[in-house]
Amino acid sequence: MNEIPLSHILFVSTGLFFIGMYGLFTRRNMITMLMAIELMLNSVNINFVAFNKYLYPEKLDGIFFTIFIITIAAAEAAVAIAIVIHLYRNHKSIDVEDAAEMKW
Amino acid sequence: MSVSQIIFYIVAAFILGMGILSVTTRKIFRSAIWLLFSLIGIAGLYFMLDVEFIAAVQIVVYVGGIVVLIIFSIFLTQQSGKEMPKAPMTRSIFAALAVVFGFALTYLLIYQYGFVTIDQPFDSTVARIGHSMLKTDQGGFSLPFEVVSILLLAAMIGCIVIALKVKPEEK
Repeated sequence: MNEIPLSHILFVSTGLFFIGMYGLFTRRNMITMLMAIELMLNSVNINFVAFNKYLYPEKLDGIFFTIFIITIAAAEAAVAIAIVIHLYRNHKSIDVEDAAEMKW
Repeated sequence: MSVSQIIFYIVAAFILGMGILSVTTRKIFRSAIWLLFSLIGIAGLYFMLDVEFIAAVQIVVYVGGIVVLIIFSIFLTQQSGKEMPKAPMTRSIFAALAVVFGFALTYLLIYQYGFVTIDQPFDSTVARIGHSMLKTDQGGFSLPFEVVSILLLAAMIGCIVIALKVKPEEK
């Protein structure tokens, strides 16, 4: 039934989380930072599904957490892109170093 | 080693490789496309874990929604053919060190923790998910469902308010 060990799935999700973290640390462009955050959220989703399947197969809680995380990630991406486009209109740049003031 | 294990390792390598390309390439449009492939790989991983509904939602929401939105915003704000400036050497070295040590520590903890897995068929049909999503008694998820719908409404109104064009005389 479960041919793949749980720790190998967790290896994928841990690797993906830290890849996203590397992108968040090195990038200074807001859209690429948003993409790094999406990678990190996806790694969390893999964790929830894997724990649900391997440790509590009679429940569905992990699946529901995944569904809600996907919903909230979609809302978050929409709001973030609205902010990015508004910032681009005002500053002509979406580099985080250029967005030094919040008052506008 | 069975076929499904081999497919799992291929999918895992695909996800991680596309993720690494997505955060290291210097052209922003290619970065979005690598992210797209990584998300498709994750949907394949969900298929292998027997959660077909989550895999479908992953493809519909992430691949069909978020990545398309990101590509639109790239076209609205960037010259997509231009290369992004390179990160300073010290920053990328220290970021890589932090990431490698963080990964080593986390995976060591995961590896040493003995998970007691239960070998039991996992029933995640859409009918079961739907029943417990709208159930109001013990084990139901109708309250978070309603809260998330309010959140989506608030996000929609917030996006419209943020992205409204400010009239020149108001500035």
